Amino acid sequence: MKIETIQNELIEEFSMFDDWMERYEYMIELGKSLPLIDTKYKTDENIIKGCQSKVWLHSEFKNDKVIFSADSDAIITKGIVAILVRVFSNQSPQEILSANTDFIDAIGLKEHLSPTRANGLVSMIKQIKMYALAYQTQQ
Amino acid sequence: MKNTAQNTAFDVHKIRKDFPILNRKVNGKPLVYFDNAATSQTPQQVIDVITDYYSNYNANIHRGVHQLSQEATDRYEEARQTIQKHFNAKFAHEIIFTSGTTHSINLVAHGFGAILKKDDVILVSALEHHSNIVPWQMLCEKTEAILKVIPMTIEGELDMNQFEALLKLNPKLVFVNHISNALGTINPIKTIIEKSHNVGAAVLIDGAQACPHIKPDVQELDVDFYVTSAHKMCGPTGVGMIYAKEQWLKKLPPYQGGGEMISEVTFEKTTYADLPHKFEAGTPNICGGIAFGAAINYMNAIGFDTIATYENELLEYATKQLLAIEGLKIYGNSKQKTSVISFNIENIHAYDIGTIIDKLGIAIRTGQHCAQPIMDFYGISGTARASFAFYNTKEEIDRLVEALKKAKMMLG
Repeated sequence: MKIETIQNELIEEFSMFDDWMERYEYMIELGKSLPLIDTKYKTDENIIKGCQSKVWLHSEFKNDKVIFSADSDAIITKGIVAILVRVFSNQSPQEILSANTDFIDAIGLKEHLSPTRANGLVSMIKQIKMYALAYQTQQ
Repeated sequence: MKNTAQNTAFDVHKIRKDFPILNRKVNGKPLVYFDNAATSQTPQQVIDVITDYYSNYNANIHRGVHQLSQEATDRYEEARQTIQKHFNAKFAHEIIFTSGTTHSINLVAHGFGAILKKDDVILVSALEHHSNIVPWQMLCEKTEAILKVIPMTIEGELDMNQFEALLKLNPKLVFVNHISNALGTINPIKTIIEKSHNVGAAVLIDGAQACPHIKPDVQELDVDFYVTSAHKMCGPTGVGMIYAKEQWLKKLPPYQGGGEMISEVTFEKTTYADLPHKFEAGTPNICGGIAFGAAINYMNAIGFDTIATYENELLEYATKQLLAIEGLKIYGNSKQKTSVISFNIENIHAYDIGTIIDKLGIAIRTGQHCAQPIMDFYGISGTARASFAFYNTKEEIDRLVEALKKAKMMLG
């Protein structure tokens, strides 16, 4: 599925909710339901340091697609991590590099991607793009 | 006597009218501001002073011959005297304006760069904010002095037996905060100063967290350096001060070169200005300094005893209400503490708690509170911290408790 299609799917899913509590509860569920990262990849090298919540990000390159797995120690961060993995994983480096994250705004979670927010998510997106760039140059 | 009666009848609802920000809504809910240990809110009386400065007498100080400059200089120096009286310093020139506590500590640390020698020992407490750790580490790198840490106990207090043992190393300097920002513990600084002096060590007290709650008497404490920030005590950000004994200020070299801090300049030699100007290079935060004085006057008009009594009431009430939440643990249980509660709820990340209750209009702080060594000591990644000021109410604490229960339901 194309990145844009997945993003539109998410926008539609989140549009069902009337208020922030329902949106957050859904996001928390997304975080809980996904087996995010193999414990052996939960290493210090894969850690992205936010000041407060930590994010682990691991990538593999299989059949010209980048496969991401990730985790976080905070559950709200983990929910957004799950959303980002759903959007960016299993895509080609080119598609990842040309994609944007405007859909986060559309699903009402913009504040979590503010650069001043100390949760490591902005760095995570940067890191996702870095991996994509690295795999692209390998091709 | 009538006065006393009025003072004891503390009317928080009347006080709240002084703070325009308390009327605003956050995420559609009335704001509950419990991040006072990070910065306090500003009363209209102080805001008016800031507006008045820029509306009526904004000018550069000390050298101007014109009327505005004279007015601004007078008001700035009046503020210095207000601060001097508040802290009971012997001389006004023992008060140095800085940009805040961090600047103050760096200024003193820089000065000691010229005094310390290799292998000299300096002591820092385990309860410090990063701003009272890093400048001393930098100083130790420069001078090859040795930094030793006064350990803390599980209650969040300093281990005074260990402190006494460390004094046998004949430290040259001891740095302790008056009150821990992460836990709220009030340290026994009078004893620490006395015992440090007995072995010939100078003492710097970081008063950033204490000054909103306590009125320190620097002469009675006999402290060498006492530093604080205006924005923790109803003043503006970007201004603070150092109190230092005159003898120290004479001894320490200037921190920054520039205008205002000199008396004579030729290319061969510069003579430094007298105190306090030797340490105040460049155009200072004039408006900030004047507003700092106004903030101190505002707090004194309410009275620090009144403030302490009321805040203790809030602390006791909040402690009791919070502990009733299942799985909630408070860090820092000293009997001597101010209105700061650092806590975690079992299996829930502090960041998640902060995020959810922000949605409910409640501002608290989450994370390490710039005190990573304390978090490491407890083996936790951080805490949620609610800190109360005299303009907070029990009803607001009830809202915090409700919000935490909701967060727990969503996150648990």
